[in-house]
Amino acid sequence: MHRIFEAGFFSSEPVRVALWIGALIAVVSALVGMFTVMRGQSFGGHALTDVSTAGGSGALLIGMAPLAGFVAGGVLGAGVMEAIGVRRARGRDLATGIALGAATGFAALFLYLDTTTGATTGASQQILFGSIFVLQSSTIPYVIIFGGVALCLIVFLYRPLLLSSVNDEMARARGVPVRTVGALYMLALAIAVGLSSLVIGTILSTALLIGPPAVALRLTKQMRWAIVLAVLIGIGATWLGVLLAYDSYYWGSAKNGWPVSFFIVAIVFVTYLASGLPRVFSGKRQAVPELVDPNLVVGHLDA
Amino acid sequence: MFTGFMMNAWTIATIVAVVGGVVGFFVVLRGSAFTAHAIPKGAFAGAAGANLVGLNTLLGLAVFSLLAALGIGSLGRRGRHDVVTALALVMMLALGALFLSRSTEYEPEIFALLFGEVLGVSTSEILPVALLGGLCLAGVAFLYRPLMYSSVVPEVAEARGVSRNRMEMAFLVTIAIATAMTVPVVGALLIFSLMIGPPAAARSFTDRPLFAIVLSVVLSLVTVWTAIASSYLTNWPVGFFVGSFSACCYGLGRAWATWRQHRVVNKPAPEFIVA
Repeated sequence: MHRIFEAGFFSSEPVRVALWIGALIAVVSALVGMFTVMRGQSFGGHALTDVSTAGGSGALLIGMAPLAGFVAGGVLGAGVMEAIGVRRARGRDLATGIALGAATGFAALFLYLDTTTGATTGASQQILFGSIFVLQSSTIPYVIIFGGVALCLIVFLYRPLLLSSVNDEMARARGVPVRTVGALYMLALAIAVGLSSLVIGTILSTALLIGPPAVALRLTKQMRWAIVLAVLIGIGATWLGVLLAYDSYYWGSAKNGWPVSFFIVAIVFVTYLASGLPRVFSGKRQAVPELVDPNLVVGHLDA
Repeated sequence: MFTGFMMNAWTIATIVAVVGGVVGFFVVLRGSAFTAHAIPKGAFAGAAGANLVGLNTLLGLAVFSLLAALGIGSLGRRGRHDVVTALALVMMLALGALFLSRSTEYEPEIFALLFGEVLGVSTSEILPVALLGGLCLAGVAFLYRPLMYSSVVPEVAEARGVSRNRMEMAFLVTIAIATAMTVPVVGALLIFSLMIGPPAAARSFTDRPLFAIVLSVVLSLVTVWTAIASSYLTNWPVGFFVGSFSACCYGLGRAWATWRQHRVVNKPAPEFIVA
């Protein structure tokens, strides 16, 4: 037992906070990410993490709380992408890329000004790689509030969003306000991503957003199961990652832990690779069932 | 502005702009913006890793960007392309985080790798960059016709014996080489912006491929040169100027396209005719 759980794992306060907040973010990311993967917006989801970095470093510059900047930057970036984004996937990628490039430019400027004017060292490392172990307890209520808002948006939008993600034209024909739904969804995505990149870093944020839903959509075609599975994979990967990172302090003689984001991302990545194995062994590609009812089958959304 | 180390900066930036403009044209044409973002950013981990074990940074970058290109290419055949790209990117960044946590690398190094340090280029870096840049351009020239074919009309190209997968691989490797040569000097951000903004603008201005490539190179040269001059004058990071000037290029292109065919923006842009 105590080989797996090194001494003090359960009694340590940072670990407990990391487990709970990590689980919350994993749930929000899995739910929002499900639609990100279905809509083919992985790039947008990833780009928003970088865009909110610009917001965070800008907020630091004018002396505001980074959290506000993170969420504001994400929402602004999502708005720009939505405004210049064209329907076709290719044009959308381009618009995303432009917004991303410009935002990273601003991030570079803000970080440069941060380091030259202020005494904020370690800013870029912290923002990029973040650590779930150094959460300040004062940010936790905000994490819960923003996470709740994103969750509510998704629950509220669930049916029209699902329909428009699966089949845009059918949704339009049935009178779903596709643009509004898309914009609201981007808002939820921006909040979720901005929040989680502040708390766990840009890398992890993307991994938790895309990884678990992609695995789930590979394993099951039923939306409800896919959501449950994605949430479970997300929480599982986060908790296992936290555990391994905690244990890694005791590996070797140097008391120098491995980064928690590395473990979580590696677990997510390996799970994704493993989820492709059944198909490799069966030798042929399974025939994907055609879409009948978005509630039952999301066949051609094969991730 | 044109003396000593600044001359190195101008030379390197010019090479990078030419390569970025040419390769970027195909990035835009094939809609691989995400890949063009992922490979340079993921290659950053290679630099961190090389630093950790005491190898040449360029070697680490080359190995990681090639790994990224091949990984995305082969996994992308089975899974969804954007998902695979995202996961490969975060996996490499996570490795980067691991390498950084193991080493004693200090902050400015990381910053330079991400956002570029074009103003601190040494003379010894010019030759390898020029060689790799030449390799890149030669690759594109060699692949030009099949690549163009398979980018614009993949089905027809396939029917004529141009394998889509093989073209994709070759193209990804080209991006990887462009990445390896540019990241250490100009950062992951600069090359990505150059591969997207100016070529996209060029595409809006003309439908003729060769002309579009030339225009794309010219626009990226203008972007880079003005960015370096601005950076020299203000002392702000060059990446900021490249990022925002590229976005301006794109904005101009979009405005032009809207003005020219002032019908709905959603109308698909005219496809290229293979020259």
